[in-house]
Amino acid sequence: MSNMKLLEIKKLNKNFDNKKILTDINLSISSGKIVGLLGKNGAGKSTLIKLINDLLTPSSGEILVNGKEIGVESKKVISYLPERTYLNKQMKVSEVIELFRDFYQDFDEEKAIRLLKDLDLDINQSLTKMSKGMQEKVQLVLVMSRKADLYILDEPLGGVDPATRDYILDTILSNFNENASVIISTHLISDIERILDEVIFIDKGKIVLQSDADKLRNKEKSSIDEIFRRMFKC
Amino acid sequence: MELAFDNNIPIYIQLLEYMKIYLISGVFKCGEKLPSVREFATTFKVNPNTMQKALAELESMNLIYTERTNGKYVTKDQTVIDKLKDEYAVTLAKSYYQGMKRIGLGKADSIKYLEGIDE
Repeated sequence: MSNMKLLEIKKLNKNFDNKKILTDINLSISSGKIVGLLGKNGAGKSTLIKLINDLLTPSSGEILVNGKEIGVESKKVISYLPERTYLNKQMKVSEVIELFRDFYQDFDEEKAIRLLKDLDLDINQSLTKMSKGMQEKVQLVLVMSRKADLYILDEPLGGVDPATRDYILDTILSNFNENASVIISTHLISDIERILDEVIFIDKGKIVLQSDADKLRNKEKSSIDEIFRRMFKC
Repeated sequence: MELAFDNNIPIYIQLLEYMKIYLISGVFKCGEKLPSVREFATTFKVNPNTMQKALAELESMNLIYTERTNGKYVTKDQTVIDKLKDEYAVTLAKSYYQGMKRIGLGKADSIKYLEGIDE
């Protein structure tokens, strides 16, 4: 396993009709990293994430997880937090837990219940009765309670208050292990940059930069947020 | 112990500075066993890899050492810590004196102001 990359993407292209959404994406991510996928709205972050999760089909190119083409096997080892919920909001939290238990062999139910308890959440409550921030926390807890190789979180910080944001970052930090990696897509860079090992800048469907976060700060003598703003000034 | 970080400076360098101050001020004492990387990362709310990098740097400066199966310890050599403390004090003193010079005060005045500070 030593030299094998957890995720490897080679010459990936995605078109919708004749429009190029992603162009010649090449990247590799090894185990034990927290990686920020950073780009403006519409840069192609969510499309890339959906491709990695096998929810879209590439127009050309390869996506390998643990050295193998994505498919049934990769779904078992990727824990994905989508930008928009796929859960039926009429469900109670306890029912969502059952759903996860049935679907995912690597789901740690005890851990999920413990984390939800820390949040003072009543698992007999339905999602509709919860605030947006609460719903986001519930979903993050469920996603992070899987013992996956790769966690992919699409905009986990969207629309939540700063306290919730801190909670989300702590949950990510304390639940990832050295054998796993986390990809976090966001445009809210300053909130998240201190926990990142690596950053990937994506713009207009192309990867424009991949670097170690601290090396980039050192080289440019400024924050990732500042570097991003300078590079993509409107 | 939640630390404040400036996103403009590499996080591991800031962690390194915090750790040096903890060693100088005796939060972690000579020869004492240090928490694990993971415990540090959780307490400071930083990425474990970044914490590891800061600890590796401390180790290369001989301020801490690794006992193969037991984890990391603060150096048993007090003179290494004392030397670090001295270097730190010199840097702080220079920075203070630079500030005083900027507003037109000399060494004698700088000392006088220091003596006038209430503990």
